[in-house]
Amino acid sequence: MSAHLPTAPVGGKLINNTTVVCGVLIALMLAVLAARFILGLGAVTNLNDGYAWGLWVVVDVLIGSALACGGFSVAMMVYIFNRGEYHPLVRPALLTSLFGYTLAGVGVMFDLGRYWNFWHILWPGYWNLNSALFETALCISIYILVMWIEFSPVFMEKWGLNVAKKKLGKVLFFFIALGTVLPMMHQSSIGTLLVLMGGQVNPLWQTPIVPLLYLLSAVLMGYGVVLFESCLASAAYRREIETNMLGPMAKVMLGMLGVYLVVRVGDLTVRGAWGNAFSFGLVAIFFWIEMILFCLPFALVGTVDARRNPARLFLGGTAIMLAGSLLRLNGYLIGYDTGPGWHYFPSIPELFVTFGMTAVAVLGFIVVTRLFPVLPREEASAN
Amino acid sequence: MLSRRNFLKGCLAGSGAAVAALAPAPASARGNLTNPPGGLGLLYDATLCVGCQACVAACKEANHNPAEFKTADHLWDTPLDTTGHTFNVIKVYTNGTGETKDAETNGFSFMKTSCMHCADASCVSACPVSAMRKDPVTGIVTYNPDACFGCRYCVAACAFGIPKYQYDSPTGRIGKCELCHDRHKDGHYSACAEVCPTGATLFGRTVDLLAEAKRRLALKPGETTRIPRGRLPYSDADAEKASTWRKEPDQSYEAQVGKYLQHVYGETEYGGTQVLKLSAVDFEKVGMPALPPKSSASTSETIQHTLYQGMIMPIAVLGAMTWAARRNVRKDDDESKGGES
Repeated sequence: MSAHLPTAPVGGKLINNTTVVCGVLIALMLAVLAARFILGLGAVTNLNDGYAWGLWVVVDVLIGSALACGGFSVAMMVYIFNRGEYHPLVRPALLTSLFGYTLAGVGVMFDLGRYWNFWHILWPGYWNLNSALFETALCISIYILVMWIEFSPVFMEKWGLNVAKKKLGKVLFFFIALGTVLPMMHQSSIGTLLVLMGGQVNPLWQTPIVPLLYLLSAVLMGYGVVLFESCLASAAYRREIETNMLGPMAKVMLGMLGVYLVVRVGDLTVRGAWGNAFSFGLVAIFFWIEMILFCLPFALVGTVDARRNPARLFLGGTAIMLAGSLLRLNGYLIGYDTGPGWHYFPSIPELFVTFGMTAVAVLGFIVVTRLFPVLPREEASAN
Repeated sequence: MLSRRNFLKGCLAGSGAAVAALAPAPASARGNLTNPPGGLGLLYDATLCVGCQACVAACKEANHNPAEFKTADHLWDTPLDTTGHTFNVIKVYTNGTGETKDAETNGFSFMKTSCMHCADASCVSACPVSAMRKDPVTGIVTYNPDACFGCRYCVAACAFGIPKYQYDSPTGRIGKCELCHDRHKDGHYSACAEVCPTGATLFGRTVDLLAEAKRRLALKPGETTRIPRGRLPYSDADAEKASTWRKEPDQSYEAQVGKYLQHVYGETEYGGTQVLKLSAVDFEKVGMPALPPKSSASTSETIQHTLYQGMIMPIAVLGAMTWAARRNVRKDDDESKGGES
């Protein structure tokens, strides 16, 4: 097998406790989905007209896609800012992105009330260029395709399609560039979606600069996921943790986090929105949890020594993932109020679908890394 | 390879570019959209409403909607709010003993809940596949189920909570008032106004309805005035003559002027709406949200069009990224080839 990149399949058994649990969760999800498509959204979800977007949209799609920004964040670092030493992180990051986004795309189909018309988003006659959701949906659709192209050399290596790989290699730079611009576009637009909801969104999250906040936090979540996933994969596969790469990357993350916090705090101050943060209730509590999570990485991985500690890198990554997720959850659900009488909390079947989708991502990552050359080659593999 | 200093510089330049790209430029700011001059609408006068709900029943019939049983005894259609199957309801406000009509304390009042047909509708701006549209002539916000893919962004975006989805169906649609626009070709206007016995719901051109609303506000509470019922004729006789509305006898009658708040709801809210409302009780208390004169759609679209005008910014960023990626990917290949030997 040609080895332009020092990557190799991990190998090993595909059936183990983790994959079996994933299988069970996926089966439960399929059962719920059968009911959803036969009986309608109301039969399995707690969605209502006050909360038209629930767990599936906000968590599976909006948060899921942001958590899938690892590929984007690492590709920016490696190919745009020319930090070749992070190259071994590209493929695993791209793989989690590929699954995250593909699942977000599939997840949308479960939630669309008139899913058979989904193709309208690709058909110019239906386009509404004024709609932030149009931009988001079209851009995500294209990005999923671009990511499969970016990742396809992995399959080509495995199946010995060297000619195809060489041909693709000549134009791959363009897809890599597209793969950085498209997420910038739709991750910021996901924030812009809130603007139209006007006063229904608490001023803590309703701001004209929300696209910038969502873009910066998506990049941050990308780094967070790479930290999380690299540490987890190393632990699960009993491989050496790439702290020599992850430590400096965490530093880049902290720099961006600083920028994010300046923008966030500055915006809240300029708009005079702080009063909402000190009002009694769930909304204020969730705001503070979000802010604390965004600040935690400075405490966890603020020093060079701390960034050599895999446990701290893992926790720092997790904190950023949760922080960015909460920014979205708060804007779209906790701080979204459509007036008296409307309540939403996901139903058990809704939760099953979200668990099932996560299981598909985990299972997919395990299968692909064991069979295909994704993770850095390790001479003395513990498997 | 770049030094750390250069790398950090690059990062800063990158974030700077991102900030510049995302900061909304006021130069291309879009203001509120306005209603077409002949825009059609309703004037609802809560002081004239007697809460008979004839309009609710007529709306159901005109839109072929099923009855909904929302109270314990499943005897007749009792919707408590608009739904995917109910496009119009009359809600009741009560306070204290609820004795006096149109009194905020110890009184009660009615309020119609149905689509406001905004000049700059959030649902129209929201819809990614153009299923929600504002008719350029009548200004009616229409819904096309054949275009809709059921994302429900319109439901989430509308400040009035009007578009509703049919969660009880595997092929659910969005349901909302379209001013009975498919009845217009037969000379019929909105069913709710057609059946209203007191003229509390009046159909007409929004410009005429606004003038009528202001006429009522200028009157003294308690004195009598003529109140039109059904459809308010166009203010200019030629336009009225040329119109294709069904000819009706004059249905106006003498009624007492209510104790109006000096506020035509819908005149300025969110850039104005084609449905206007008068009330004696505070609008927020009867369920109409306090909204700024600037529409959310204008803010949202200003942001979108600043970023995407002519796709110049995305293409420029793509160009820069392609240039950088091309340089660095090639270098990457050379390095790995070198390492292979």
